[in-house]
Amino acid sequence: MSESTNRDQRPSRRRDMPSGLWTRCPGCTKMIYKSLVVERGNVCPECDFHFPISSDERIRTLCDPDSFVEFLGDLSPADPLDFVARRSYEERVRETREKTGLTEACIVGRATIGELPVVIGVSDSRFLMGSMGSVVGEKIARSIELAREEGSPFIFVSGSGGGARMDEGMFSLMQMAKTSAAIQRLHEAGGLFVSILTNPTMGGAMASFAALGDVILAEPKALIGFAGPTVIKQTINADLPEGFQSSEFNLEHGFIDRVVDRQEMRGTLIRLLAYFCQEA
Amino acid sequence: MENESSAHGLDFEAPIVELENRIAELRSFSESSEIDLSGQLEELEKKCEEKKKAIYSHLNPWQRVQIARHPQRPLTSDYLKGFVTDFMELHGDGAYRDDPAIVTGLGRIRGRKVMVVGHRKGKTNPEKVACNFGMPHPEGYRKAIKKMRLAEKFGIPIITFINTAGAFPGIQAEERGQAFVIAKNLQDMASLRVPVISIVIGEGGSGGAIGIGVADRILMMENSYYSVISPEGCAAILWKDASHAPRAAEILKLTSSDLSAFGIVDEVVEEPTGGAHREPMETIRRVEETILRHLDEISDIDPDIRKQQRFEKYMAIGRYADEQQQTIGDQG
Repeated sequence: MSESTNRDQRPSRRRDMPSGLWTRCPGCTKMIYKSLVVERGNVCPECDFHFPISSDERIRTLCDPDSFVEFLGDLSPADPLDFVARRSYEERVRETREKTGLTEACIVGRATIGELPVVIGVSDSRFLMGSMGSVVGEKIARSIELAREEGSPFIFVSGSGGGARMDEGMFSLMQMAKTSAAIQRLHEAGGLFVSILTNPTMGGAMASFAALGDVILAEPKALIGFAGPTVIKQTINADLPEGFQSSEFNLEHGFIDRVVDRQEMRGTLIRLLAYFCQEA
Repeated sequence: MENESSAHGLDFEAPIVELENRIAELRSFSESSEIDLSGQLEELEKKCEEKKKAIYSHLNPWQRVQIARHPQRPLTSDYLKGFVTDFMELHGDGAYRDDPAIVTGLGRIRGRKVMVVGHRKGKTNPEKVACNFGMPHPEGYRKAIKKMRLAEKFGIPIITFINTAGAFPGIQAEERGQAFVIAKNLQDMASLRVPVISIVIGEGGSGGAIGIGVADRILMMENSYYSVISPEGCAAILWKDASHAPRAAEILKLTSSDLSAFGIVDEVVEEPTGGAHREPMETIRRVEETILRHLDEISDIDPDIRKQQRFEKYMAIGRYADEQQQTIGDQG
């Protein structure tokens, strides 16, 4: 059913990284040796900037080797609004699929982490900015339900600059309520949800499931918030303070539990899972 | 922003307003001069009624958005005055500040206890400023859920009136966790065992609207809108120009009839011809009747079943292609 077993044989999708030996870090604008960046999990050795990584790669960095089995991979977006702006939604979806090989903006599945079975999902910002439409909402809500039924912890790695996907209108907005309601049921059943925030997690994704982790972790310097900085700037007609809406800003204001470096994330997860899900 | 200097500032309404003005003039002339002009008046009134029908039966989405924002449109405070008796406002979020952009309190509708939660926009300019034009900060959402939990404790049904351009996008709002409080409200509203009815009375602006809108029944006024993003915001993203808002309103499918056809909205409350702002009393009466009817329908359901049904209602919202009819179980 799932094609995920041979995921590792697929061509590498590090499109985010320019080809060649050197790359310019968007964080510190320095030219850095690429293999050094890759070695550190796609993190800049100079300034700690976390380059975006694909969902496949994220799974590799977090889960036990070859343990991930994707489900609901065949759900694909409908076009309930017949949404046509400059280009049609249908066309944008088709193009994005061809370009990325992804069917939607997140993958979900079962895996083990530190040998503990988990249900895990990862958004992929290459697909329409990781935004949430019906498919993403459905995948997340059903994964949470599965985690509840099986008594497994639920882990979701968010990265959505788009928030709720405009092209599906109110269907997208309603996914906020749907995913949050599913989290509530998991919560009532005593299930664990660890929410991991990566750059960027904004809008409708942040104002729903992503904010509802029992433990919320964030990669350093990610943009995390409700309204986009540009919108805020235009609304209040003033400049925004340095570091506004960063992971560190959210930590300081008390909304996330820890800022965790990408290379420490798996270890942190294993400690959390062991603590909450094992007797001794 | 809407031009508020003229009483009815909408372009497409101009022919109606013109006739209304002529009727008013003629009537006052007839009264002061004691000349009987009832024949002419009747004819003009008939003409005006026809014009209203003609214009209001062919409204485009952008025109509805404008009506939803009309300065004379009934607000939460009007519905409160209109049919909520013994209203006692309860302030504050118990954490930071009392946000005037959301009003919460106890009351009764035809003798039945209800907890009212609603966006507050204000009528006069100082009121509007005080209410931040109905755009809440995090403390507003915290206040809303605090009062809902109070209602839950005592088994009191909750009615929420939605009317906001959106949750406020500002520095302090982010510092105090706008995304986090809205998310918490969505989660907590899903946990409620008491009946919850939400009605969009004007603007249903995205996360700021749904933040008090997880309900057993979602109602909408005919000329209200409910949208994932404001038409202006959508236009700014798609065409880099907010003045294309009318086009955005068209494609976002944000009207009551669209959302009713999608099955997202349970009932649309029809407005009097010419819109809620022309006949507020009749509008308020219809809203009261509709809310009571839904309250009757859901009040007798067992609380746990009602909560389960609310969950299933939201789980069922979404349109996607599932060619393989995949279920998670298939994977074993």
